[in-house]
Amino acid sequence: MIWRRYDRLALYVAGFIPALYLFYAAFSGWLGADPTRVLEHHLGLWALRFLIAALCVTPLRNHAGINLLRYRRAFGLLCFAYAALHFLTYVVLDQGLDLSAIWRDITRRWFITIGMAALLMLVPLTLTSNNAMIKRLGARAWGQLHTLTYAIAVAVIVHYILSVKSWPAEPLIYAAIVGALLLYRIVRTLTKRWRPRPGPIPRPA
Amino acid sequence: MAIWKDPTIKASGITPKEVYLRRRDFMKAAAALGLVGVPFPASAAPLMAAPGPYGTDEAKTPLENVTSFNNYYEFGTGKDDPAYYAGKLTTSPWSVKVGGLVANPTEFGVEDLIKAMPLEERIYRLRCVEGWSMVIPWIGFPLAELLKRVEPLGSAKYVAFETLVRPEEMPGQSAYFPALEWPYVEGLRLDEAMHPLTILAVGLYGETLPNQNGAPIRLVVPWKYGFKSIKSIVRIALVENQPPTSWNRQNPGEYGFYSNVNPEVDHPRWSQATERRIDGSVFASRRDTLMFNGYAEHVAGLYAGQDLRKDY
Repeated sequence: MIWRRYDRLALYVAGFIPALYLFYAAFSGWLGADPTRVLEHHLGLWALRFLIAALCVTPLRNHAGINLLRYRRAFGLLCFAYAALHFLTYVVLDQGLDLSAIWRDITRRWFITIGMAALLMLVPLTLTSNNAMIKRLGARAWGQLHTLTYAIAVAVIVHYILSVKSWPAEPLIYAAIVGALLLYRIVRTLTKRWRPRPGPIPRPA
Repeated sequence: MAIWKDPTIKASGITPKEVYLRRRDFMKAAAALGLVGVPFPASAAPLMAAPGPYGTDEAKTPLENVTSFNNYYEFGTGKDDPAYYAGKLTTSPWSVKVGGLVANPTEFGVEDLIKAMPLEERIYRLRCVEGWSMVIPWIGFPLAELLKRVEPLGSAKYVAFETLVRPEEMPGQSAYFPALEWPYVEGLRLDEAMHPLTILAVGLYGETLPNQNGAPIRLVVPWKYGFKSIKSIVRIALVENQPPTSWNRQNPGEYGFYSNVNPEVDHPRWSQATERRIDGSVFASRRDTLMFNGYAEHVAGLYAGQDLRKDY
């Protein structure tokens, strides 16, 4: 079926539409008085959304009969792409490549340290998100490495909440969603002995 | 209108009035046709003011940015929430009760104040605690002029300010998770309040204040972070003890009573060394933040002997 052949390609293309729009809007003056901040914020938010999409795959498969496993890699890679664009926007547009100020931020500002840690943790996951690496590591080790996703999710939420003043609703809503998805894993681990799931571990058909 | 022109401000740095007026007409027409759903603020009225002292020769922030990028949590925590929701606020009639430790407590109508007070244009830098800044041509009068009329008693040491509470017109005040405790309150030491830099603003860019900027009357204390400059004031009281302030109450470790702009004392979560001067462009660059927001020569003396790391 033609859809089956191109669906993932379509997902990657669609996944970049928000980024294209955001950059285009930022440079066209559509993002208000402080476009750098809006751009930075929304790129980070899209990284979080793709991370959430990746975390939804397992519960949807186990309980809703929806199998999106073949798209999980795309969700993860899109998450990394947006996180990298978020970081680059911070480095180039927000801080104007002032490397000493950036270094001070990363080492001294908790929320930036935590955000940076999340980005660094995404790197090994991104580098191993291909069939060759799964084969090389073996499914079990690969699976264990990719539990880092949970640490990343926690780090990203803390990074988000610490970056704002007061307690606006939006970061708290995302925190609740991520909290529920992580709680699902904890409950499952406690109620069932962990074992590698039967059936094919992510590898494209 | 007698608006003084600073020869060092490049004409290119200012949005020509006809341009922003054209946009307004367009938006009003669009709103009338139901094309845009933005409740429009009551139209601003022209306000006469002679240029006052303490001006800056830095390029003014375009009016469109000044009126579309605001922190005014009574209307929501988003930067564009005030521009969307503040139009509903009724700002006339409006009076400010000035009382407490004074010989002559008075309730002033804002329109009377506009007629009676010596209005001046003051072009001030505004530095937000979040690390951005603007240059705004305010129209207002020294707070000291008002305080003199109520005759503070010798026991008065501080001035407390309070913003309107009207949840039916201020959606942020009826939010499920209020961002702050209402009413928003602020305070100054009496010498800070009497300082000639401290003004009550009733207008900007040659017109009465837009609602999202704190209409009809707000405080402007240019050497302190923006949140000290309380908006839409309904009450001013002279008091003996240091009054509570909203952001200090929300997070005492992060926001102090003084909140003077100080590049050497960082916010616990971010640096205060630099600021982005807002101009609507992604290329808006950061500049070094100045001690007391560049007003050190006028106000540093107020804090002689104080440890500004402790009194942040």
